Order: sequence, then structure tokens, then C-alpha cells
Amino acid sequence: MSIQNTGTWVGVAPWRDLPQLPTIVVYLVGVVPAIWWFWLGAVDRLGADPMRELEHTLGLWALRFLIFTLAITPLRQLVGVNLLRYRRALGLSAFYYALMHLTTYLVLDQGLDFDAIGADILKRRYITIGMTCFIVLLPLAATSSNLAIRRLGGKAWQRLHRFVYLAAILAVLHFLMSVKSWPIEPITYALIVAILLGYRLARSLMRGQSQGKLKRMSLSDSR
Amino acid sequence: MIIRRAEVVRPSEITPFSAYLNRRQLIAAGTALSLGSLLARTVRADTLAAAKSLLSTDEEPTALKYVTSYNNYYEFGTGKSDPSQNAHTLTTKPWTLKVDGLVDKPADYELDEFIKPFALEQRIYRHRCVEGWSMVIPWIGFPLAGVIKRAQPQGNAKFVAFETLKRPSQMPGQRGLFQPLDWPYVEGLRLDEAVHPLTILAVGLYDQDLPNQNGAPLRLVVPWKYGFKSIKSIVRISLVAEMPPTSWNKQNPNEYGFYSNVNPEVDHPRWSQKTERKIGEGGLFAQRHPTLPFNGYADQVANLYAGMDLRKFF
Repeated sequence: MSIQNTGTWVGVAPWRDLPQLPTIVVYLVGVVPAIWWFWLGAVDRLGADPMRELEHTLGLWALRFLIFTLAITPLRQLVGVNLLRYRRALGLSAFYYALMHLTTYLVLDQGLDFDAIGADILKRRYITIGMTCFIVLLPLAATSSNLAIRRLGGKAWQRLHRFVYLAAILAVLHFLMSVKSWPIEPITYALIVAILLGYRLARSLMRGQSQGKLKRMSLSDSR
Repeated sequence: MIIRRAEVVRPSEITPFSAYLNRRQLIAAGTALSLGSLLARTVRADTLAAAKSLLSTDEEPTALKYVTSYNNYYEFGTGKSDPSQNAHTLTTKPWTLKVDGLVDKPADYELDEFIKPFALEQRIYRHRCVEGWSMVIPWIGFPLAGVIKRAQPQGNAKFVAFETLKRPSQMPGQRGLFQPLDWPYVEGLRLDEAVHPLTILAVGLYDQDLPNQNGAPLRLVVPWKYGFKSIKSIVRISLVAEMPPTSWNKQNPNEYGFYSNVNPEVDHPRWSQKTERKIGEGGLFAQRHPTLPFNGYADQVANLYAGMDLRKFF
């Protein structure tokens, strides 16, 4: 997926000259919901069940930032908005929220009762899935620096970072399985992730087909 | 699970001594109440000095603002604050209650007529949600047993089936594309559970009429079972021979059984039931508490299930 692919669009898109903000802005804005919810919690304004509210909200923002991260490529390819330079900040914000979500679960929810936590991770499928999701995110966060990209090489780095698709699937499964029945909110997030991943799948299938055609054509030519 | 025999509770132990001493006043108050309700055609829990009960817990009740703002009432939406935001649209007057099935005295009651014969009591009960949180709620109500006795059940009646109002025009959770449950919401109890002295129909909480989001105008409260058994806004009570269908059991039979007694030893398939968070207790840093068998009411109700495998009949 090289940038040149979008050439036709970039030329006509009226919003191509978006002001180029420094990426630090994304980190700063990104951390606002966390600070806001910690503050509400500290002054006891998170309602009847403050711990659950904080835990849920941090997890939700992790998923939202994952979705923002996954939206960068379709936005560029379909609409011609290039926000690629913010993708690392968005992805890392997703990771930081996942880390805060996990920490809230371990410390505030379970009170570091490691027997209960261990049993939860092994026995509760939605918690097993949530933990797996976090473990999948770990190497991606660890290899987010320019240095790591250089060391791994572009191809290997890209292959590794495709695991973000798995992380997104695990994140929505974790959400869907943590609630009773089928409320609209987790279903909505699941649909968004399905569309973002489905788009990539459809695109790669179509490309595979056109490449197959090209191959067949070149074969028949050589005959 | 340790199953203890419930001690026989003498009536003198149930009636609080102060109430016993003030019985003439209570009778007078009761008379005044029935006169008042005849005049006003309304049940005003807030004007009542509901009698206190020895069946109440002495735990500190959860703050009113939490009891009325943190609710599961899917007819008004699946979010915890949806019922308090949406339930004001429900009109609870007039309200008709059907009592039918295997009874000698089936009837359609207007709500006041339905309630009138029964003396209101305050019952401060623990309330444990299947989701792992709990509250302590001061209900105002009366034992369901009286209602069942009045209907005169026939010999083959073994269960009691309950039904919530279905009124999509006033219940936004019953409209739209994704329906989390089949409507109307239905619940059920075995007859012996239904006539147990702990089982009440509530018409108020704290010192006010039941707020809509808590199941106005009349709801069931079964304190030793998970909260979803305590069906809200009841329009029908039927005595039946077979175990009746129940809403959450229909939604997912592997996760929600007919009995749904609070049991720390039987986990929900997706989460543990060993501990609970007490709502309104200490903000972000509150500790979990161990969940008690039958939500702490084992002494009174464990004998109902003697000899039953509670893992199988969860």
C-alpha cells in the first residue's frame, strides 16, 4: 500500500491542505478523557458505580483509538484525507488506554487479588480475550519508534503491525462478551470494526483478482 | 453448600415489639389509610408510617440517589441510567392487575383495590444483581403470600407466573431494531418460594411511592435471588401447574436458570459470583465483598432447596 496509489484523489480533494499539527497535539488531546474521568472519579462524580464507570470508559477509549488508527488508511484511499502522520500517536494512545483499563481492572476492580485475577484470566473467556488483546498490542507498542522500524525493516515491521487487526477483533469480542444480552453499543463498535477490516479484505481480494488477471494475460501473451 | 434448617419464626418475633406496643395506633392508622385511599383513590407510600420488620437487615441502606439512578430495566434501555432518564413517560394510573390461572377467585383489580387489604411494612433488604454489584434498599410493601391466599389457589397450582407491562409507546426499550429480550418480561417462582415471608410486593422505597425506574407501581422483591427475578411493573399474576418461562432463561438458558438463587459457589459462565461491589460505598477505591449464599438469607430459605443440587438447578 504505497502513498502513490491515492494520487488521483489527492489532486481534487479540497481538504488536502489541512493544517499540519505537531503530533504531540494528538497525545495531549488524547489524554484528556483519561484525565477528565480520573478527576470525576476523584471528586466522586462518576455515579453509583464509579470504578466500573472508569474501567468501562478507559476500555471504550482504547477501542475508539484503535478504530481511529484503523480509519487512517480507508480515509486516505477513499476520501483523500491523509492523516498518516498521526497514526502512530493514535495507535499508542489506544495502547495507553488499554494499559490504564487493565491497571484499573487489576488494582481498583480486583484489588490486586491475584488468585481471583488468575482464575478470571483462565476461566472467564471475555477476560482471557481481553488479556490476549493486550498481549497482542504489547509488541506493536514496543516497536513503534523509528529506530524499531529501521531495525526490523519496513516489510517485517508492516507484517508485525498487521496484528492490529487481530487486536481490534479481540477488543470488540471482549466488549460483546462482557455484557448481558445484545445491547446496541457493543454491536455498533463491532460493526464499525467489521467495516474497517472488511474494507481491507475486500480490497486485497480485488487486487488479488486483478493481479491474477494480469498474470493470466501475461501467460497467454507468452504463448 | 451448607444447608441449614430455618428456625421456626414465631409471629411474636416478626412483629417488632414497638409495633406490638403501638398496635392500636397502627390499627387506627390503617383505618385512616383505607379511608384516605377511598377518598384519594391513590396509594401514597410517603404518607404512611410503614411498620418496621424484623426481617430487615441492619445494614446501612444505599443512598436514594443511587437506588433511583442505577437501574436495570431494559424496557427503558439497556444502560444503567436509561431507566431514570426514560421511565418518566410511563403512566401508572390507572393500573389494572390480573390475577388468574389455577385459582378459585380470579379477578381484574384496580391497583388500589388490589393493595387495600394489606398492611404496608418497611423491609430493608439486600439486593444482589447477577452482574456482581449490590445495594441495600428500604422497600415498602407487603408479603405476596396474602395475594396468593386471597386468590385461593387450586390443588394443582405449583408455580406463580408474573408478567410486566408491554407498552412500546411508553417504553422506548421495547421499540427499535435490536431487542435485548422478548416482551413482555416474564418471571416465575415456585409456589413455596412465592408464599415465603421474605417475598414481598413493593409499592414504595425509602418514604416515597415506587419511582417508575424502580418498577412502579408494583413490583416483586425476592431478596435471596438475583435482582432480575424481582420483576417490575407487574400487570399479571397467574397460578400455574408447570414451571413457567422466564425472560432471562429464554434469552440464554446456559447463563440464567429458573431458580437464580444468589450463590457464590455457582459462577455465571462468563464471570465470578464470589464477590460483589456495594454501590455507593467509598468511590473508586471501595473493596469487593464476599457474596453470601442466598444473599445472606440462607437461614430463612435454604430449607426450600433441601436435597436439591444447586449447581444443576442454578
